Amino acid sequence: MTRPTAHLRPSSKPPAGRPRPLANFFTRPQVIALALVLCVNWLLFPGFFSITWQDGRLFGSLIDVLNRGAPVAILAIGMTAVIATKGVDLSVGAVMAISGAVAAVMVTSGQPAWLAVMAALAAGLVCGLWNGILVTVLQIQPIIATLVLMVAGRGLAQLITEGTIVTFSDPVLIFIGTGTVLGLPTPVFLALALMLAATLIVRRTALGLLIEAVGVNRSAARFAGISAGLLLVLAYTFAGFCAATAGLIAAGDIRGADANNAGLWLELDAILAVVIGGTSLMGGRFSIPMSVLGAVIIQAMNTGILISGFSPEFNLVVKSGVIILILILQSPISANLLRRKTTAHSDGARR
Amino acid sequence: MPQEHATLLRATGIAKIFGSHRALDEVDFDLRAGEVHALLGENGAGKSTLIKILTGAYQPDAGQLEVDGQEVTFRDPQQAQAHGIGTVYQEVNLLPNRSVAENLFLGRQPTRWGLIRRREIEERARELLKTYGLDIDVRAELSTFSVAIQQIIAIARAVELSGKVLVLDEPTASLDRTEVDLLFKVVRELKAKGLGIIFITHFLDQVFELSDRVTILRNGRKITTQALAGLDATDVVRMMLGKDVAFDHHLTGIDAAARGAVRVEFSQMGRAGSVAPFSLTLHEGEVVGVAGLLGSGRTEVARLMFGVDGADGGTVMVDGKPVSIRNPAQAVAAGFGFCPEDRKADGIFGDLSVRENIIIALQAKLGWFRALSREDQIELAGRYADMLDIRAADHDMPIKLLSGGNQQKAILARWLAIDPTFLILDEPTRGIDVGAHAEIVRTINRLREEGLALFVISSELDEVVAYSNRVVVMRDRAMVAELAGADLEPDAIVRAIAGTGPAQAEARP
Repeated sequence: MTRPTAHLRPSSKPPAGRPRPLANFFTRPQVIALALVLCVNWLLFPGFFSITWQDGRLFGSLIDVLNRGAPVAILAIGMTAVIATKGVDLSVGAVMAISGAVAAVMVTSGQPAWLAVMAALAAGLVCGLWNGILVTVLQIQPIIATLVLMVAGRGLAQLITEGTIVTFSDPVLIFIGTGTVLGLPTPVFLALALMLAATLIVRRTALGLLIEAVGVNRSAARFAGISAGLLLVLAYTFAGFCAATAGLIAAGDIRGADANNAGLWLELDAILAVVIGGTSLMGGRFSIPMSVLGAVIIQAMNTGILISGFSPEFNLVVKSGVIILILILQSPISANLLRRKTTAHSDGARR
Repeated sequence: MPQEHATLLRATGIAKIFGSHRALDEVDFDLRAGEVHALLGENGAGKSTLIKILTGAYQPDAGQLEVDGQEVTFRDPQQAQAHGIGTVYQEVNLLPNRSVAENLFLGRQPTRWGLIRRREIEERARELLKTYGLDIDVRAELSTFSVAIQQIIAIARAVELSGKVLVLDEPTASLDRTEVDLLFKVVRELKAKGLGIIFITHFLDQVFELSDRVTILRNGRKITTQALAGLDATDVVRMMLGKDVAFDHHLTGIDAAARGAVRVEFSQMGRAGSVAPFSLTLHEGEVVGVAGLLGSGRTEVARLMFGVDGADGGTVMVDGKPVSIRNPAQAVAAGFGFCPEDRKADGIFGDLSVRENIIIALQAKLGWFRALSREDQIELAGRYADMLDIRAADHDMPIKLLSGGNQQKAILARWLAIDPTFLILDEPTRGIDVGAHAEIVRTINRLREEGLALFVISSELDEVVAYSNRVVVMRDRAMVAELAGADLEPDAIVRAIAGTGPAQAEARP
């Protein structure tokens, strides 16, 4: 078959593939934003970047940022998968409370710690499965479907703790919240491990691509033979698992399960972290490490405002300012502006 | 009849251009008092564009409108309404959760001292509906009534507001026979009162039942306006599909006997309210074409075959073995592929790259854990893009940036990549440029020669005839005829679609 039009194509094919992950890493708006926030923190508190090694563990403000940001980062990992399918999970904060309550009640009733941890994680999986079934089988809109558990979940957690703050002194649970692994605080270690594992799994298997396909066009995904329903259930279940992990950290940190306040409003921070990381609420392309970066940005701002001595009310205003800035940088309008600029610089080969 | 020949509405030389596409080209149209004027044409013929211009939703790029002999311009539907032109759409666009009376008088409620006079509204609503032969509780919510009653209420409202010209856009699409009769009775009464009625539908028998004259559009041009009295269904279908052009290239070398072994066998597949049970056998190296008007059940057959809709019963055999096809994933596992009619909604993944769009079905078939490596993906996408001549600057650009023809070729490539045994193509050449069109027809011929079984739905009869070994004809949601060999020519298909031809006699066993 002759193709007389072949010469119309660009003769030199550009190097195949999406830009390599690290190639333009430092020019991404998220990375620039994080650098700015960290610089501001450094100006406010000259010791901000100093990290010391003491008693087999790293100490310093930067480590604190990571440690405090770990629960939201872990939530954001699961939330990324859900948002990539064009969904959202509002229940993760409540699932944190359930998971903490389950673990605390089990250890205080004399069960071994490993069993308590397993039960807490299983509770998270069940919660996620429930959300997934509401979304796929009953075809309820994700925001409504997960709102059910957001409200009911906290009540469930209170039922489990019988309305009290259940405190414990189990060393394993406390270790999850405050311990040290390889010189890092356990929550930081868990967040990093989960991020690496999840990224490897979605990118080394076909899951990442298939989830993106479902998020971009669920109907076309079905026509292409993708089991869209199964993938959706999987995404919500994974989000539940992540929330349970974050719930264990939150409980271990305060050595108790507080059904009213554990994970309160953190679902919003998690959604924000994902959006800052560049995953669109319209579904499709996603990046788990970028969502974790988004969580770190949020925490760096929180910490900065705390150490600056401003009143905490100020926190919300500054936070929203930075967020608006990042969102503007990511918006199609600025992308268009940028493109116009770059095409003006290039040789103008485009018709 | 009074004012039999008074022309209510006249449009001359109407043109409408969207981008580079001429949706309407020099179209004339006139509507007389006391007539039902059917407006016919396949999808994309320009019916809805013309209606939108007549009702003020669009402004024409050229041409004039006259109402009662006075030249007018409509800037919006309200102005058209003020000139007496009202529209009732297929989907009733009233407020389902308000009462019938409120819907009838919405926006013009009689008030006293700023308060709505509910009792008066209800009284007037009751009287108004009585003239339409409806005696219903006007205080009940609109949504508690059947679609037919809601349609009549919508008509009553439109006539009250406008009162001269009534446009009915597919009003019967979701009605059953008795409801259609009820609606037609109302329409005939309005006609007797001297209203001009424009009637749009896909049901040919209803056109003949109700209409006095017909205007047929094709590809944005008017083919004819004439009295229905001198026409039969075959003439109308022929004019709609444009089969008066010469067919010089059909049956070129397609030997019905050249087909191979039985590949796929559907027997007694059907779905209530969608398609009557059908049986069809497809052979290796065979193209079975599907002809029929829009709404005849063509797409529904394809959806059943591919498991998009569940069948009520029936069996599927692939290479002699029974398979269960209850969802598309099972169909893909059985080696089926399906290029859907609505490319944008059901076909492409707009934000994903051309490469990913091509490999996605194969990846879905391989499963979650056997991921195609990047190199495999690049190789596959490159191979099929070359084979089908997909023009993309690079395969990593989002597919939404490609032209319609190249998107269609990419979806075809997606299915070729799974090495299918059976391929369903629903309107594969609709809305794409001439070059891509030819490429797709060439590909269909080549795939047949390579031994694939294909099921190709198309409105382009000369095209279907050119590449099909057999053609099945759909009418009223059933397979009504099968044409092969010497009978396989556009005229016979047109007669079978219209239900007037000898093809009836040789319907499938």
